[in-house]
Amino acid sequence: MTPRLPPPDSDLLERREILDAAGLGRTLRRMALELTERIPQEGRPLYLVGVRTGGAYLAQRLCGLLAEAGEPRPLLGAVDISLYRDDVFRGLPKPEIGPTELPEPIDGRTVVLVDDVLFTGRTIRAAMDVLADYGRPRAVKLAALVDRGRRELPIQPDVVGVVVETTASESVRVMLSERGEGDRVVLRERRA
Amino acid sequence: MTGFAHRHLLGMESLNAAEIAMLLDLGDRFLEINERPIKKVPTLRGKTVINLFLEPSTRTRTSFEIAAKRLSADSVNISGSASSTVKGETLLDTARNLDAMAPDVVVVRHAQAGAAEMLASRLRAGVVNAGDGAHEHPTQALLDCSTIRAHKGRLDGLDVVICGDIRHSRVARSNIWAFTKMGARVRIVAPRTLLAPGLEAMGTPGSVSIHERLEPALEGADVIMMLRIQKERIGGALFPNTREYSRYFGLNPRRLALAKPDAIVMHPGPINRGIEIDPAVADGPRAVILDQVARGVAVRMAVLYLLAGGDAGPSE
Repeated sequence: MTPRLPPPDSDLLERREILDAAGLGRTLRRMALELTERIPQEGRPLYLVGVRTGGAYLAQRLCGLLAEAGEPRPLLGAVDISLYRDDVFRGLPKPEIGPTELPEPIDGRTVVLVDDVLFTGRTIRAAMDVLADYGRPRAVKLAALVDRGRRELPIQPDVVGVVVETTASESVRVMLSERGEGDRVVLRERRA
Repeated sequence: MTGFAHRHLLGMESLNAAEIAMLLDLGDRFLEINERPIKKVPTLRGKTVINLFLEPSTRTRTSFEIAAKRLSADSVNISGSASSTVKGETLLDTARNLDAMAPDVVVVRHAQAGAAEMLASRLRAGVVNAGDGAHEHPTQALLDCSTIRAHKGRLDGLDVVICGDIRHSRVARSNIWAFTKMGARVRIVAPRTLLAPGLEAMGTPGSVSIHERLEPALEGADVIMMLRIQKERIGGALFPNTREYSRYFGLNPRRLALAKPDAIVMHPGPINRGIEIDPAVADGPRAVILDQVARGVAVRMAVLYLLAGGDAGPSE
């Protein structure tokens, strides 16, 4: 298997803006609404689990939005998939392992995995392996802010913010105020 | 690459402060796995770790074995009495035979200083020194650093007392390297017969001091580490009897009161209750001895992760 090293930022040119700050806020509100509509009552309260690092921030935001919309306040967790990657020793520039935090047992809950960019599906495969090591959820759903296509595994999101067609040389970057950047989603392309 | 430039872990002498900090950070991450309901991650699936322990050890060998298993590596233990060394095979021949079975990491403990380094120069596998004579025991130093950092928030600027049989102690040597590299000051305490030459020269100038009495060294200390008195040495010329030792160098509540009020008490184990440490201290609120053991598994996971992963680096 060939590793997929993320190219350094300097090698990437911004092609276009997919979402600005207002668009990102709107998209998340719609995703929160779709979650409440698509997941049956017996799955409440929802258990939102963000995939570190971007997905963890998005899960926090969705949690707030769901509470605002009158939902029972969702449980919130985060998984780090570094140790579950199928390419753990190929292409990790250095081991940066974040904690997996599932404060409540996931057994019997409806877990919504939240990720910023859905691409090959390998991250989500790994995240499901992490969940399986912690318990047996009633169901696992997937919410992704951006679906950039090009899947390598049979994994599909239940709720998606934006669908973007991409080529192999392009990548999607989600910038979030939690990381000290303005809220923005951009499409970038590797410098020729 | 994994950001760790070494194929082997032979001693703390050859690591710099950034590398030590990286290992400690990684160990802190692995600590969480040991608290999970299912204490296992698939990271080292398909990797093989051989624990070659040619000197008695329960704690360290078990700790390495658990570390390997929690990362899903296959681990095999070979102990001194069960190995062909008793049939006269040399260490190098034993190791070459093991290497031919293509392990990814060989963890070795041997009575001879330099044994791990010799193996590292001849084997394809990564080598971890789990104690070589009175030379080094680097994973013990890592778990001690990890424990201190967890309780004190840092190592930099701390005063650490190490008291006991310094002369025969690889734990003391590895810890002097590690603590001084991380910015702590080390006060070595031992009867003159159990000191070793050249200790002051190990750290940066002024960071290591030698004391022949325990009380003055304890004053204002942040960390007190008591070393085990190795019973096999008692009665020899260097070490007349345990009662006398305990009277002058044992850590009891009265002596502990000389250190800082929040000082922690450490011991690499196994402890001799009533000789180097009073039971009231060993079981008291300041002792972090079992925390050391818990962190031992985590730092060993970090070491195996880095060494087993290293040679599979990026294929570009």
